[in-house]
Amino acid sequence: MTGRETILDVRGLRVRFRTLDGTVEAVKGIDIHVGAGETVAVVGESGSGKSQTMMAAMRLLASNGEASGTVDYRGRNLLELGKSDLNKVRGSKISMIFQEPMTSLDPLYTIGNQLIEPIRRHRGLGAAEARKEALKLLRLVRIPDPERRMKSYPYEMSGGQRQRVMIAMALANDPDILIADEPTTALDVTIQGEILTLLAELQQKLGMAIVFITHDLGIVRRFADRVYVMRSGEVVEEGETEALFSAPQHDYTKMLLAAEPTGSKDPPPPNAPVLLEGRNVEVTFRIGGGFLAGEPMLLRAVDRISVRLKRRQTIGIVGESGSGKSTLGRALLRLLPSDGVIRFDDKDISHADRQAMRPLRRELQLVFQDPFGSLSPRMTVGQVVTEGLLVHEPELSGRQRDQRAVEALREVGIDPNARNRYPHEFSGGQRQRIAIARAMILKPKVVVLDEPTSALDRSVQKQIVDLLRQLQAEHDLSYLFISHDLSVVRAMADYIIVMRQGKIVEEGPTEAIFDHPQDTYTQTLMAAAIDSTRFRASA
Amino acid sequence: MLLYVFRRLLTAIPTLFVIVTLAFFLIRVAPGGPFNQERGLSPEIKANLEAQFGLNDPLWVQYLHYLKNLAHGDFGPSYNLPDFTVGELFAKGLPISVQLGASALVLALLLGSLLGTVAALNQNKAGDYSVIALATAGSTIPTFVIAPIIQLVFGLTWRLLPIGGWGDGAFVNKIGPVLTLALPQIAIVARLMRGSMIESLHSHHIRTARALGLSDWSVVVKHALRGAVLPIVSFTGPAAAALLTGSIIVETIFAIPGVGRYFVDAALNRDYTLVMGTVVVIAIFTIVFNLIVDIMYAVVDPRVRYD
Amino acid sequence: MTEVAAAAPAAIVGRSLWGDAWARLKANRAAMVSLCYLILMAIVCIAGPWFVPHNYTTIYSDYVRTPPSFSAYPKAEMVQGALDDVLKRMRVDLKDWKLEDSRAVVTVTATRPIDERYLRYIDRSDTFDDAKVEAKSNDGLEMTFSAAVRQQYFFFGTDNVGRDLLSRTLMAGRISLSIGLLAGVVAVVIGVLYGSTAGFIGGKVDEVMMRIVDVLYSLPFIFFVIMLVVFFGRNFVLMFLAVGAVLWLDMARIVRGQALSIRRQEYVQAAEALGVGARGILSRHVIPNLLGPVVIYMTLLVPQVIILESFLSFLGLGVQEPMTSWGVLISTGAKNIGTANWLLLFPAFFLVSTLFALNFVGDGLRDALDPKDR
Repeated sequence: MTGRETILDVRGLRVRFRTLDGTVEAVKGIDIHVGAGETVAVVGESGSGKSQTMMAAMRLLASNGEASGTVDYRGRNLLELGKSDLNKVRGSKISMIFQEPMTSLDPLYTIGNQLIEPIRRHRGLGAAEARKEALKLLRLVRIPDPERRMKSYPYEMSGGQRQRVMIAMALANDPDILIADEPTTALDVTIQGEILTLLAELQQKLGMAIVFITHDLGIVRRFADRVYVMRSGEVVEEGETEALFSAPQHDYTKMLLAAEPTGSKDPPPPNAPVLLEGRNVEVTFRIGGGFLAGEPMLLRAVDRISVRLKRRQTIGIVGESGSGKSTLGRALLRLLPSDGVIRFDDKDISHADRQAMRPLRRELQLVFQDPFGSLSPRMTVGQVVTEGLLVHEPELSGRQRDQRAVEALREVGIDPNARNRYPHEFSGGQRQRIAIARAMILKPKVVVLDEPTSALDRSVQKQIVDLLRQLQAEHDLSYLFISHDLSVVRAMADYIIVMRQGKIVEEGPTEAIFDHPQDTYTQTLMAAAIDSTRFRASA
Repeated sequence: MLLYVFRRLLTAIPTLFVIVTLAFFLIRVAPGGPFNQERGLSPEIKANLEAQFGLNDPLWVQYLHYLKNLAHGDFGPSYNLPDFTVGELFAKGLPISVQLGASALVLALLLGSLLGTVAALNQNKAGDYSVIALATAGSTIPTFVIAPIIQLVFGLTWRLLPIGGWGDGAFVNKIGPVLTLALPQIAIVARLMRGSMIESLHSHHIRTARALGLSDWSVVVKHALRGAVLPIVSFTGPAAAALLTGSIIVETIFAIPGVGRYFVDAALNRDYTLVMGTVVVIAIFTIVFNLIVDIMYAVVDPRVRYD
Repeated sequence: MTEVAAAAPAAIVGRSLWGDAWARLKANRAAMVSLCYLILMAIVCIAGPWFVPHNYTTIYSDYVRTPPSFSAYPKAEMVQGALDDVLKRMRVDLKDWKLEDSRAVVTVTATRPIDERYLRYIDRSDTFDDAKVEAKSNDGLEMTFSAAVRQQYFFFGTDNVGRDLLSRTLMAGRISLSIGLLAGVVAVVIGVLYGSTAGFIGGKVDEVMMRIVDVLYSLPFIFFVIMLVVFFGRNFVLMFLAVGAVLWLDMARIVRGQALSIRRQEYVQAAEALGVGARGILSRHVIPNLLGPVVIYMTLLVPQVIILESFLSFLGLGVQEPMTSWGVLISTGAKNIGTANWLLLFPAFFLVSTLFALNFVGDGLRDALDPKDR
């Protein structure tokens, strides 16, 4: 990979943001270089400064940010280029695609209009010629029916299609460098794979260099030639992908590579009692309608699903967004009205009302995905954790509750001295621990975990997974683990249910599902997530 | 589109009907009547007048009668200005009020949007702060303070403008009232525009446009501005209805013979027909402008669709 | 306390969102200055009228439309005028007068013997006081008397009937501020109760309740206010009730929206999953999180109410003479701008500066309580 002409050379780049709490340095003097036609990955967890590095290079920093150092593109420092010279490079020689496909296109103009604009601007083509070019681009990124799509508005397209349009726009003027900032993070796994394959193909066809910013080491390994590992604004390690993955030098890189949740869970003994059972559970949402508004539309989010959760078992419920997996979890806890039969501990609770459910609530707990939204911002951590005790053990004195809070926090690895602090003073991982403590303080039997690790960095995910497994072993818990992240599910669950559009497409013991998926949908899902072959067809 | 407009106008009829009904019975339930306001009318004359205007009929008969006349476009006679029908009063006053209101609205939309955009593009710089200061002043100082101060400064001290009066619509006579009417609206539009423009400039698709190397003009005018005017569009509906139907304060202070004053006087004098006329006119303006706003909205934003 | 410490390790006290907000507010200089200004204004308006030497209803007929001045009235040329007025009433002619210290020594003549009791007219005038006969000719046709010249201060001048504008402005401030506060509270109470009920119950009830708000919205605002005035009459107490009753609509919408969004928050779902009942959710989750927007809206509401009250008073529908409010004063001022512009300028300054201060405090509170805007 050596001997390539270096076309982008970042030296001593610093990025600072002026905030109300003083100046924050997001990037602390880093060097990165990109050769022609090369694929370079910049990897890091949230807050590592990986995105801000490229934003600074493209002069797209927010107005309170400023960059120093040099970013040389073929000998010209982009940081000092005049506005009009800069705009001859951006979108023409260097272009960029972003993480948010849903909002990165202007909602008020047609796809065609938005595609044609940069073509005309950079190549000075007439309207008709530019239109032809735009159509060619849509075909290139394999948008079906491009003629019709030219007249579509972004809101009429799916996330994956929008990201394809973004790629088409970025490639419109044959750029030297394409910067891709987490281009697949917001997409479902199966779509992720398609987009990455497309990018790899286009790179082969067009020969541009790609700078790939991501937190996902799996993608890096399958995609990049060379890797920069960033941590709190600094590059801690760089190297050829294979070398770096096989022999990481820096502790942080090692930690990142080891952060993939590992291990597996043994199934419960076959004679273990069934704790929570759902038979033909069905949840239907009404959309629209109501007072004077006509007939509502009915949406069947969960379609006749049966689940049997045994003592000490973990069932992983897997599916993409909109598959109904979270809805199923809530319905089983009777937090949503549903049809069908739900039994807990051999009692039929299908028709239990709020009052009747209340004593059962302490045994049936729920942990949410978003550790920021699930803790009330106006309560101290101690109050959050002990709220359930107010309901289920009202006889406790304030001091006893405080004592219980201390124990519960200690159990999840939070310093109990911090119990009078407020949630906003904790990090995402710590907050998720607090949310777990809130569920565990009641000593439940069944806990529904609704994507409890999705909002967290990989290294933190692993800690939470370890914590959950440890708690399960200590307290004989049963988990319903809802996730779209197959590697986490593999480490957590002994039984897996794959859901799609409200239905079960496949279920079985974890090993069987991972090793021999039967259903084609499960197969694509597995392929997208677990496959470790490189994306480029010929490499 | 035409079908949509037609349907919207059709659905407006029940709304109008509810408003008319509510207003009719509200004003009738209020104590007092048009002819017992310390006029020293003898009981016989009063009784005669009431009989003449049908005020002795049962209320529902009067109501049906009023609805029937209204459907024919007849607002009835004014009780307190007996030489005129309500229709004639509006024919005389409304053009004046509409002229002032429309000028103020256009001024507010143009100047307010411009100031708001300038402020947003210079966020947290001197230009931004001066627009914010102006907007704060404009929305804080009440009209009934601005109007006499304009009279005092421009009319009395510098003698640049007439103190008041309509002057048959002479341009100088309109400056004071239009300025007074427009100033608070300029402030509101500028604030709205600044906020939505800042939001728009921070949106992801603007970042995309910049990353594609589009010119500043295209980024700001084509992509940011179009999205940013949506709040202004929604604001325009109610604002237009309120401005065009006359302002009590401005018309009183500048002695303008518009329709703004009618409402208060009529309600206080229980001039039933004039009150009802005002309510109907305001309601029609409101309905029409809300419709225009919805159509404008669809023009700007393709996501809004009619089915 | 030591027992607690023994039972559980001493805990670090965290900073609540309210603590954060207060710290941010304190850092906002415009808001803090405005807050001090408002407090000062409130104190001056409440306590001021007791310290101003004039009552806000006292009419000084000698001092109609007297311009504001820091030096004492009467000025020398005004003494002459006042003297002429009062002597005309006594039906005597002025022979000679001079000022000695602060007393006027006046010699008058008449065609008939002068009755000493006529000196009452002197005392009755606003300019003189403590009239005493100094000398009297034998025939009683000529008399010399002395009278103290009453030193009066009119810092803000007087109005068109001769009332002290300073005391009137302060009195008006009392009324305007208290109406603002009371009507604001009325609007907030109605709005919060209505909005949170609709938002919390949700479903059909919510739809019907909000449809009612929509209908009230569609009525012309002025019509609504005037109908209230028509029904309640021009009664001061009912006035602010009416004003509050009109302005609750926005509050209801805001609170409902907030209540709905808080109900959808995951921490409320989490509480439901814990088995917390409706009361616990309302008191521990919904209300504490509603408080921020309510406080912000309240600071926006108070100036709105003050403007509305002034507006109604300006139209003659609000506070009635001799009671006064800033709106009443400005209305008088607007009618007299040609001859006495201070009648407009002083009350207008008080009103506008108060509105500005409220505005800055409101903005500061919003920034402090809702740091997302940063």
